[in-house]
Amino acid sequence: MKLRPKEPPSSELTSEKLYLRRREWLKQAGLLVGASAVWGGSLVALMSRGAATPPDVELPVGPDPLAGRARAEPPADFDTDEPRTPFEKVTTHNNYYELGLRKTDPARNAGSLRVRPWTLEVGGELAHPRRLDLDEVLGWFALEERVYRMRCVEAWSMVIPWLGFPLGALVKRLEPTSRARYVELTTLMDPEQLPGQRDDVLPWPYVEALRIDEAMHPLTLLAVGLYGRALPGQNGAPLRLVVPWKYGFKGVKSIVRLRLVEERPRTTWNEAAPDEYGFFANVNPAVDHPRWSQASERRIGESGRRPTLPFNGYAEHVASLYADLDLRRHF
Amino acid sequence: MASPRSWLEPAVVAGSLAPFVLLGARALGGTLGADPVAELLNQLGLLTLVFLVASLACTPLKILLGWKWPIAVRRTLGLFAFFTACAHFLVYLVLDRELALGAVVADVTERPFVTVGFAALVVLVPLAVTSTKRALQRLGPRRWRWLHRLAYVAGVLGVVHYFIRVKKDTTEPLVYGAVLALLFAVRIGDAVHKQLRRSAARRRTLS
Repeated sequence: MKLRPKEPPSSELTSEKLYLRRREWLKQAGLLVGASAVWGGSLVALMSRGAATPPDVELPVGPDPLAGRARAEPPADFDTDEPRTPFEKVTTHNNYYELGLRKTDPARNAGSLRVRPWTLEVGGELAHPRRLDLDEVLGWFALEERVYRMRCVEAWSMVIPWLGFPLGALVKRLEPTSRARYVELTTLMDPEQLPGQRDDVLPWPYVEALRIDEAMHPLTLLAVGLYGRALPGQNGAPLRLVVPWKYGFKGVKSIVRLRLVEERPRTTWNEAAPDEYGFFANVNPAVDHPRWSQASERRIGESGRRPTLPFNGYAEHVASLYADLDLRRHF
Repeated sequence: MASPRSWLEPAVVAGSLAPFVLLGARALGGTLGADPVAELLNQLGLLTLVFLVASLACTPLKILLGWKWPIAVRRTLGLFAFFTACAHFLVYLVLDRELALGAVVADVTERPFVTVGFAALVVLVPLAVTSTKRALQRLGPRRWRWLHRLAYVAGVLGVVHYFIRVKKDTTEPLVYGAVLALLFAVRIGDAVHKQLRRSAARRRTLS
């Protein structure tokens, strides 16, 4: 004989009204979850377009193109004991519009850049205009490690151990004529390797230039490496300019052409926005960018701000170059 | 019976919190990149603009499609725009400028980029303060509506602030500007349409 289960007391019975509402309630809950997922997902997707999530950096392994090259000691008075910016920050926070506009894009996109073989074309006011293989050029000079402060015009800074040789040593070897007053350096023009050149955010290729005395200054470096190894693509491999007393945009990357010229060349950012980016672009806390102050800077890896120094702290070495120049007018 | 669409507002609140949860997770996980302060500023600034545009899209959606539900979430979206703008400003004030008020005053008074952004925040304050039902009753619908058109001013200031911040990559700010212009055009079109109808009706009663 089957026992009938005992009925629950009537006080515990769900009222009919509530029983009928449970489907309604479930539907409402489902709509709430669904709609919040759609709205939240859309917001997150919109945000991610601008987000700079750092890519994973792989520490370079394998043979280094610079292995076995002669090394030399850098001049001691150029050195700094400020802590170096970590490798993964130096290589994932880059302005290299030819490899993408966001700071993290160049590290992601640098794979398209082929750095060997690499030809450097030298021309203009010099004894023998010609095409040089980069490895041949590297054979001429011992590489020095130079730890320099790098101050971006966007008011952030780093301390980077570069590996390279003085631009002046190369210019001297090229035997400039007496008419050579400026040195013009140009980035590779190849949208296959530098896909950002398909967008005309700037007039490509990127061109920068220095007055000849600036180019000959012993601080001015042509860098081929950082942290002891060959430059990663995002940092301007295989050959880039480093002028530590000037804003970072002067440091033209992936250089394929060097010309010595008599007239001041047109330079890319200066041409694009002359009121914001001067030809000289010497780091100067007293001359603000039209849109932000240059009085202080954020050192990558540090919290807060630190004051910006005239000529980025290299005034004792380079201020004399500009003795008769109004630095407010020629910013 | 639950009121129709009682799920809508909680859903908008929950969804709107998602980007903050993500930013918080990235801050804790150390994936805000080499310049975390700049990343926070950029993301919060962009999010402010998205909320502002979303809140300004509510009325045009009603005009164009006859939907009533966007009006129910307009206030929530507007308040999210205001609070995100406050968070953006606080990051600038505390993390970027480290409460150096002299530098902040110099920025606001001397640099159009900051002036415009600050103005947008100031414009949003009266809107947030008068976002309650009680304020609407006190002001009366006509004055309240007039005041809350300032949201368009804040939107334009926000887009200008964004536009002058970027160096040459102006596409994104221009997209937000275009959306804003489109929303504004819908409202102007609607106002003109109503005006024409009213005068036509008046002509009919006269004749």
